[in-house]
Amino acid sequence: MRLRYLTLIAVAFFSAFPLYYSVVVASRHNSALAEVPPPLIPGGNFFANVARVFDTVPFGLALLNSLIVAGSIAVAVMFLSTLAGFAFAKLKFRGRNVLLVITVATMMVPAQLGIIPLYMLMVKLEWTGTNYALIVPALVNAFGVFFMTQYLTRALPTELLEAGRVDGCTTWGLFWHVVLPAARPAAAVLGMLTFMSAWNDYFWPLVVLNPDNPTVQVALSTLASGYVNDYVLGLAGTAIGTLPLVAVFALFGKQIIGGIMQGAVKG
Amino acid sequence: MSSLPLAVTRRRRRSVRHTLDVRVSPYAYVAPFFLLFCAFGIFPLVYTAWVSLHEWTLLSETQEFIGLDNYSTLLSDEYFWNATFNTLSIGVLSTVPQLALAIWLAHLLNRRLRFQTLFRISLLLPNVTSVVAVVVIFSQLFGRDFGIINWILSWFGAGGIDWAAGTATSHVALSVMIMWRWTGYNALIFLAAMQAVPRELYEAATIDGASNFTQLRRITIPMIRPTIVFVVIVSTIGAMQIIAEPMLFGQSSGSGGGIATGGPDRQFQTLALFVYEQGFANSAFDFGYASAASWLMFVAVVIAAAVNFLIIRRVKGGLV
Repeated sequence: MRLRYLTLIAVAFFSAFPLYYSVVVASRHNSALAEVPPPLIPGGNFFANVARVFDTVPFGLALLNSLIVAGSIAVAVMFLSTLAGFAFAKLKFRGRNVLLVITVATMMVPAQLGIIPLYMLMVKLEWTGTNYALIVPALVNAFGVFFMTQYLTRALPTELLEAGRVDGCTTWGLFWHVVLPAARPAAAVLGMLTFMSAWNDYFWPLVVLNPDNPTVQVALSTLASGYVNDYVLGLAGTAIGTLPLVAVFALFGKQIIGGIMQGAVKG
Repeated sequence: MSSLPLAVTRRRRRSVRHTLDVRVSPYAYVAPFFLLFCAFGIFPLVYTAWVSLHEWTLLSETQEFIGLDNYSTLLSDEYFWNATFNTLSIGVLSTVPQLALAIWLAHLLNRRLRFQTLFRISLLLPNVTSVVAVVVIFSQLFGRDFGIINWILSWFGAGGIDWAAGTATSHVALSVMIMWRWTGYNALIFLAAMQAVPRELYEAATIDGASNFTQLRRITIPMIRPTIVFVVIVSTIGAMQIIAEPMLFGQSSGSGGGIATGGPDRQFQTLALFVYEQGFANSAFDFGYASAASWLMFVAVVIAAAVNFLIIRRVKGGLV
């Protein structure tokens, strides 16, 4: 039993240490990196390094872009997934089961392999360099639909919908007045998960955006790829660009983990 | 007298509208997902095959149909085979230990424990860290001269390793990054499956004197095998597409080479990175050639998934 705790504490340490150490380095001066033994507690240089980040790349613009992109995607995914989840969970229609199976199967499609035509499509639409190229393809996804379907099947009493019908509600009325309020807890978790993954997305924004109008992750990679290896600069950027998200996660972790584990259990 | 037919038509019109509402609404509600997936998921994937049959660059006005020429060039391109080897090597190095570790961690967590939530949060912490942050942080940890990992290794007489320079060492470093980011996530997926295994099985096994490890091997793993296969398939598909880690490692480790070569000697260029290099990073912007490589990768992914599917079928047969 004691061994079990010791192992888990060790694992927790290995999970957290790289993040902690990145803050240590980000708060030092580059010369501290050459010290042996390496510094293990934060220094006093953090804000000076952050200021250098803003001088080197358009980080304010990057933060704004990431907020707009991740925020729009999260809201759209919550809304459209709840809508589709409602249909799959509670409405009767021909082909429902087949369509649900197809939805789950699409999660296995390696969509990244279609990146070249996707880029050509964005050129045609004149969306390259704009946030549309990031937002529109991500407005709804299979995971979200499946997640909300599972939740609504379990948590939304069918009697409630029947009562609504008797009162003369249209399907849309049912969705608006009955389903949306009932879906709120799961939709919030889905929203947080979606926001985090959109915020952290790197490859597609790199391909389709210009370096002078980046998202946070693209700006961070620009910082890290300088000719001179300025680790302190890179890690200071990392600290302000990703650690707020990690902190939010630590706060709402219980709900988010519950969400991931529920999404994982398949019928 | 005259108001009666009016009421009837009104009611009939309402019921037509009601029928239409009930019949059509469900399709309208699931339509956004399918439309989006067709436009930005399936269409590009299929169109990749079409592009791969052409001499097609970003800058050219016309595209010439050249049949399978891109494929035959590809099969004799040593960089392509190098990338294939690297992808398989990094894929195996990162996936196999990762999944074993994840199952073991899930097993440890699948008990009454204090601080259960705290442990779970710490496990998932790496997964909410962005891939850019992970590589930047680990490039520093794996630094040749001042990296903390070499410093620790120096206690044991090793150290001074130039991680990014060698084929084997760079593959290990990249696999550590991938493992760090994904082990906890997969552990939670396994844990979710383990919680559905009936407790009585373990109680009976304990009474029979089965050890902890025997219980893991004889009860837990057979009971969650469908989940294991699911995770193996998803991890395989993910491992075939690894791109951000080698790309960023090449830049932030300062090992030299181009943005997408995966080190100066292409020692850690993966297939996805090779595709990116051909399509976007070298001056040719050779979409046709890059698409051919993409399509071969797609075929490889499908084969890998199919092999795993056959395993599922066999496992199902074995369990029933």
